[in-house]
Amino acid sequence: MKIDMTVNGRNVSGEVEGRTLLVEFLREGLGLTGTHVGCDTSQCGACVVHVDGAAVKACSIFAAECDGAQVATIEGQGNADGSLGAIQQAFQDYHGLQCGFCTPGMVMSAAALLKDNPKPSEAEVRDYLQGNLCRCTGYHNIVKAILAASGQEVAPVARVEA
Amino acid sequence: MYDFELMRPATLDEAIAALGDEDAQPLSGGQTLIPTLKNRLAMPSRLVSLSGIAELRGVTVEGDVMRIGGGTTHGAVAREAADRFPGLAGLAARIGDPAVRNRGTIGGSVANNDPSACYPAAAMATGATIVVQGAEGARDIAADDYFQGMFATALEEGEIVTGLRFPIPLASNYQKFEQPASRFPLVGVFVARYGDRVGVGVTGAAEDGVFRWAEAEEALAEEFSPRAVEALRLPAEGLIGDLHGTPEYRAHVARVMTARAVSAAG
Repeated sequence: MKIDMTVNGRNVSGEVEGRTLLVEFLREGLGLTGTHVGCDTSQCGACVVHVDGAAVKACSIFAAECDGAQVATIEGQGNADGSLGAIQQAFQDYHGLQCGFCTPGMVMSAAALLKDNPKPSEAEVRDYLQGNLCRCTGYHNIVKAILAASGQEVAPVARVEA
Repeated sequence: MYDFELMRPATLDEAIAALGDEDAQPLSGGQTLIPTLKNRLAMPSRLVSLSGIAELRGVTVEGDVMRIGGGTTHGAVAREAADRFPGLAGLAARIGDPAVRNRGTIGGSVANNDPSACYPAAAMATGATIVVQGAEGARDIAADDYFQGMFATALEEGEIVTGLRFPIPLASNYQKFEQPASRFPLVGVFVARYGDRVGVGVTGAAEDGVFRWAEAEEALAEEFSPRAVEALRLPAEGLIGDLHGTPEYRAHVARVMTARAVSAAG
């Protein structure tokens, strides 16, 4: 079937099967390979994108269900001049990634969180990342990056008292 | 995944008609069904997506009853039930993770009746009514009659859950002890206090799925305090025993979760 949607502000259309997942349509149909497939079982969150403003796991929604929707992916997170967006820059500044595989999903989850809750506490950040797994960083630097992107102090995160 | 036809009706009537086809199956949020399809554990020839049906979504309150449309996501329940029914909102706010809560729906959850799902505990404790509709029309089913064991419900072929009606309690709370890998409740307990009764729904613990703990309900109706359940012993017979815990362990956790829920409900 033919579907139309808006991805990062651009109107796109394509031919999909009923079983085509949104993440397959983004990666294989549109060539937007920034959205990663980690577990493919909706555990890891590497595939998080926004559909009509809500963070969803693109491996667990059919492309055809997004017919007519506004979709935002990691490719749309940069600034218009090609520089990194605020959340992306904070991930770089605070070493919020190592291998980088989970990063697209982390950034998209962070963007969803900060949209609803512009100044989250550390606990709220950690709680919101429940569905985003990272096997490298131990999360502390990701939490710091998100707090920094929200304009908050990061020093207390994971500080070990002597 | 095996291939199937995906339909996206805009109205409930169209959805019911589309489900008349043999091997057709409804798709709500898909947070359980899509992983199931990937594992080829289901093979529908047609999936009827309910996500485009506006009339299935929303939370409304009439008097002392909260009606929640079957297509309402966990995230929406967490937001929209918070003022009038914080116990249920709190339950919804801790299902899965934020992205899952943006897709998964209350109707899908009670239609699936996973033995570790959270909503069935609330439905049982509150004495909720499950509203279902099929080609033969709509009918109301009491929670006590609706949940019939692991993944088994009173739903007939072609019927979908269009909504739930919850009598709003004076106080309520849900406590779950999470299985740390799946984050599903190893045991979850919903406690609801009304003027003349107390409901206690237990999920995750029993081989036959969600159940009401009648002894705790009676004790709490006498005295609504954590102390009232301290002396109780939930029998281990019929409870799940697996690598995560013995039946005796689950019985113990159920009592502890009940006491915590009572304490938190206030």
